[in-house]
Amino acid sequence: MPDNLLDLTAYGLAREVEAGEVSASEAAEVANARTGEVEDEINALVTITPGLALERAEAVDARNGERALWEGVPLVVKDVLSTRGVRTTCGSRILENFEPLYDASALLNFGEDLIIVGKANCDEFAMGSSTENSAWGPSRNPWDLGRVPGGSSGGSAAAVAAGEGWWALGTDTGGSVRQPAALCGIVGLKPTYGRVSRHGLIAFASSLDVVGPMTRDVRDAALLLQAIAGHDPRDSTSANVEVPDYLANLEDGLEGLRIVAVPELMGEGIEPGVREVVKRVARGLESAGAEVGEASLPHSGYGLPAYYIIAPAEVSSNLARFDGVRYGLRVPEDGVHEMYRKTREEGFGDEAKRRIMLGTYALSSGYYDAYYAQAQKVRTRIIEDFRAAFARYDVLLSPTAPSVAFRIGEKVDDPLAMYASDICAVPANLAGIPAISIPGGLSEGLPVGVQLMGDHFTEPMLLRAARATEQVADFPFQMKP
Amino acid sequence: MISEEQVRHVANLARLGLTDDEIEKMGGQLDAILDSIEKIQELDLAEVPPTANPLDLSNVLRSDEPRPELAQEEALSPAPERVDDLFAVPRID
Repeated sequence: MPDNLLDLTAYGLAREVEAGEVSASEAAEVANARTGEVEDEINALVTITPGLALERAEAVDARNGERALWEGVPLVVKDVLSTRGVRTTCGSRILENFEPLYDASALLNFGEDLIIVGKANCDEFAMGSSTENSAWGPSRNPWDLGRVPGGSSGGSAAAVAAGEGWWALGTDTGGSVRQPAALCGIVGLKPTYGRVSRHGLIAFASSLDVVGPMTRDVRDAALLLQAIAGHDPRDSTSANVEVPDYLANLEDGLEGLRIVAVPELMGEGIEPGVREVVKRVARGLESAGAEVGEASLPHSGYGLPAYYIIAPAEVSSNLARFDGVRYGLRVPEDGVHEMYRKTREEGFGDEAKRRIMLGTYALSSGYYDAYYAQAQKVRTRIIEDFRAAFARYDVLLSPTAPSVAFRIGEKVDDPLAMYASDICAVPANLAGIPAISIPGGLSEGLPVGVQLMGDHFTEPMLLRAARATEQVADFPFQMKP
Repeated sequence: MISEEQVRHVANLARLGLTDDEIEKMGGQLDAILDSIEKIQELDLAEVPPTANPLDLSNVLRSDEPRPELAQEEALSPAPERVDDLFAVPRID
């Protein structure tokens, strides 16, 4: 048995468990102990589940010989994914005591005895870029406890960076897997829209949401995607496309790959230190044999405004279900309408209210065409831009986020500054394409993410390019603090 | 500029209670956000079809067959208030 299981990647640990060198129970104990050690400082988890982790780990151990490679590796799950019998709050008071009646399909795919370390903190209903919109207080960046871990899957990212489990699931609607991964120095993969079932994912913006791996390295991301991907009849938007072997060609290198930077995502608004890291990695890719250059996405500047119409419009509709009737908070009032109003007033935080208002306005009579319909047309233009780029190139490269981790409180009263954190991330969501953030190096002593984007369902090629990129970047995972 | 009356109207459409302070603050913030997204109006997209789903799925159908789902007792268990086998709500006004 290795000296310290926390030195292993998830893949490394999975192999040890498979070889019988380590039991899943031992792994769960290590994850529980580390969580107990750092959680007070990090606040990555809303609910910790040490007993459940051990119980499930024993069940995994008992199924020796009849289990998938990944099943023995403890996992952290973002608190917007339903876990049967385990409190699922979405970072919101309105679901403070909610225990789902079923597991999300992505978790069922992983295995029947999911070893959950805990449920990860996030911005309320995944709306935000810092976890500061959580009703349970912000998570802290393990690299600098005075800074945010990014968001909305900031708790998942902080947990992985701090070694509270070996990997985590997040969700990405407008960068919510990739941006926190970048800010915490880990890998974050947003799969193709529809690649992973949304059933049991409590909906934010249904035409954009996707569940994605947050891991120590690219091989772990490939393995975790393998574990959760697949068609699901319970999600009519899930893709009925065969799931390939994501590990098979992972180490094939850069030969023949055309990887090009997107100039529109490298200029104004990007911190010079971030740009420098991304350029250094791009030069490294060229020396390592990739064909490099530039590909324009002329409409990418319209991505953020279009996103901030489409996502709030969809959320204003999706959050209508929180009405105090079937589950969650109810504030007792005499009439049903006053009950709705008071329940939602007390249950939702500021950002959720802002987005419900924005979305309701954009969809309201007289404004629908100017906002929502126009934004959907912008979406078409952005897809056409990508289509033109992918006709000539394999992979597009950019920063993941415009800055390194910012200080807690720095942007909390300025929604527009916060929204700008997602400027490089949202085009991939609008187009539904896969994108991955890889740790590229440091700026001001804090991690910078490099984003790679590929065409729909090209995850095997994207992961192969990402694997080579992480070798070129030479900035391997470091557990903090 | 979005007026206070409009903010109240939208909050009512969304069945969202807001305090007077929140109404005032919300008006200013919505204005700033709407200003920043105004940019999309500069594009002439009259002939461009809208995208609702990035994979361009058309109707997805399944056969209409009964299957086990949540039992009634289970489905009612998270309800804040129930009467017999029903969800209970206050007076409909």
